[in-house]
Amino acid sequence: MWAELVQTPLFGIGLTLVVYLLAQTLYRRVNSVWANPVLVAIFAIILVLKGTGVEYRDYARGGDMILFLLGPSVVALALPLYQRREEIWKRKRLILIGIFAGSLASIISACGLAWILGGSREVILSLAPKSVTTPIAISIVDKIGGIAPLTAALVVLTGCLGAVCGPEFCRRIGVTSPVSMGLAIGTSAHGIGTARMLEVNRLAGAAAGLAIGLNGLMTTFLLPILMALFGF
Amino acid sequence: MVRGLTYLLLFQLCGEIISRSLDLPIPGNVMGMGLLLFGLIVGLVDVKWIEEAAELLLSNMTLFFVPAGVGVMVYSDLIVAEWLSITVATVVSTFVVMAVTGVLAQKLETNRDDDVG
Repeated sequence: MWAELVQTPLFGIGLTLVVYLLAQTLYRRVNSVWANPVLVAIFAIILVLKGTGVEYRDYARGGDMILFLLGPSVVALALPLYQRREEIWKRKRLILIGIFAGSLASIISACGLAWILGGSREVILSLAPKSVTTPIAISIVDKIGGIAPLTAALVVLTGCLGAVCGPEFCRRIGVTSPVSMGLAIGTSAHGIGTARMLEVNRLAGAAAGLAIGLNGLMTTFLLPILMALFGF
Repeated sequence: MVRGLTYLLLFQLCGEIISRSLDLPIPGNVMGMGLLLFGLIVGLVDVKWIEEAAELLLSNMTLFFVPAGVGVMVYSDLIVAEWLSITVATVVSTFVVMAVTGVLAQKLETNRDDDVG
């Protein structure tokens, strides 16, 4: 009976929802950024799957249905952008400059560090779009010759890190305005960072949502130019 | 609610169609976000139609990333093999980007406010 049930979407959806709700309760209790519900839920589900020997593809039958909702959620980011359009439009210059600089810094710092530390060519290329939202990052990596699944993993890790440490880090370096913090975390930690920003402040969330799209676009165009420039 | 979800999915579909038929590097959902924003601004879409559904999705957005993260387990061998360069590059670069974008934007924003007086 269990073997059959595990193969229905009910298993993946049920496990994800129950673990996520527990992770949220834990987050409220311990009040520490490291208890970030996404991070805790991901680790807990991996442990459950490894512990019970359930295959990832069985989990994914239900998991993919939850993941599907990410698509319309990205479309829904138009709402905070629309509601805050005047504040955003007034700051269009600094938004474009900030995201462009971040996009450039992301590629150079990630690839440069991996190169210095002796990373293989595939790993270096897979790291290049790590701050870009998953669907764009995958299409970029397919074009430049990295490992798409590794990039997907790195994108999620980057997002969790930015969502967990981002707000506190920004405050410490004096980045306190909602737009600047939203841009910083959206450019660095894409959708996961944006989801976190929406919890903190609406305008910050709108700026972060804008950064997802613009950073993805800029990285798409910058990466081939930089690769040619460095003869990579 | 159903109407709102239908609109969001239709905009995503339009985004997918444009992105695929023109072979653009932008994925359909990001394109859909742009199209919906345009629709709202020119008055083609009333914000009331999508508000409820959009709020529901946005307030639960972090949940939708969980299955994507669980996918990491499939590639754990690869990550273990080159863990040092991967970890250092990912962690340091995440903070570098936040610092560069954040500090630059904050500086420009402060100057702008000064200009306005």
